[in-house]
Amino acid sequence: MAVLITRNVLYAAFFLLLTLFGVAGLFVLASADFLAIAQIMIYVGGVLVLVIFGVMLTNKPELPNDTNSQQPNRIISKNRSGAGSGWVVAVLVAGALFIALYTLLARANFTLLTQPVGWQSTVTVIGKQLMTEYVVPFEIAGILLLAALVGATYLAAPQTKSSQNATR
Amino acid sequence: MQPVDSHLFLLVGAALFSIGLAVVLLKRHAIVVLMGIELMLNAVNINLVAFSQYDPDRLQGQMLSLFVMVVAAAESAIALAIVLQVYRHFRTAQLDELNELNY
Repeated sequence: MAVLITRNVLYAAFFLLLTLFGVAGLFVLASADFLAIAQIMIYVGGVLVLVIFGVMLTNKPELPNDTNSQQPNRIISKNRSGAGSGWVVAVLVAGALFIALYTLLARANFTLLTQPVGWQSTVTVIGKQLMTEYVVPFEIAGILLLAALVGATYLAAPQTKSSQNATR
Repeated sequence: MQPVDSHLFLLVGAALFSIGLAVVLLKRHAIVVLMGIELMLNAVNINLVAFSQYDPDRLQGQMLSLFVMVVAAAESAIALAIVLQVYRHFRTAQLDELNELNY
């Protein structure tokens, strides 16, 4: 919720950290211990570090000498014109979606959710499933991660001298 | 251990999805929009895991949620690389100010 409220991008990243830890706790409560650890390792250890690096690399510092006469007027006019309608529409869409989902969940009668659940470790089942039934998606996920990381490195790398001269 | 009522998982998932959608629609910084997408993927994962605990023999929901996590990691890496390049090119990451494809 606080990701929505705060205006500072770095604070939003830290509140996202809190939310991801909360989701990991919910996974533990839903008897998914392996997924909780994977959530903490992947999201908190990988994605959130990337996000914080991105925030720090793209955060524009507030220049004190940049306040010429046109800059504040532009921001104020943009806030007055664009923010009013866009804000209302976004909150309406999200709130309507939540109300619809809430009424759906309140009216639905899941017979599955009334059954008792057992508590057992899911690591062995997940390992067996990964090596037998889901072996093709597992390998595809590996290739996808490799391609994504190579592509991200290529995209984020600064352009070399020769290619810069070639494009110019 | 006292089992948690599974409707609560679905409600939390719905709330998290709505908040993520509001973040995506409302915020102007590109990285915060990415955070909203991560929130929505997490909401989907909560639903999958909540239903998967009634399937302890095959755990299909947890497997799908594992692959969703992998795809989310790849997506965030690519998207952050693109945001970095956009920031280098336009000197801003505010989505409202990016109104040209090429200059």
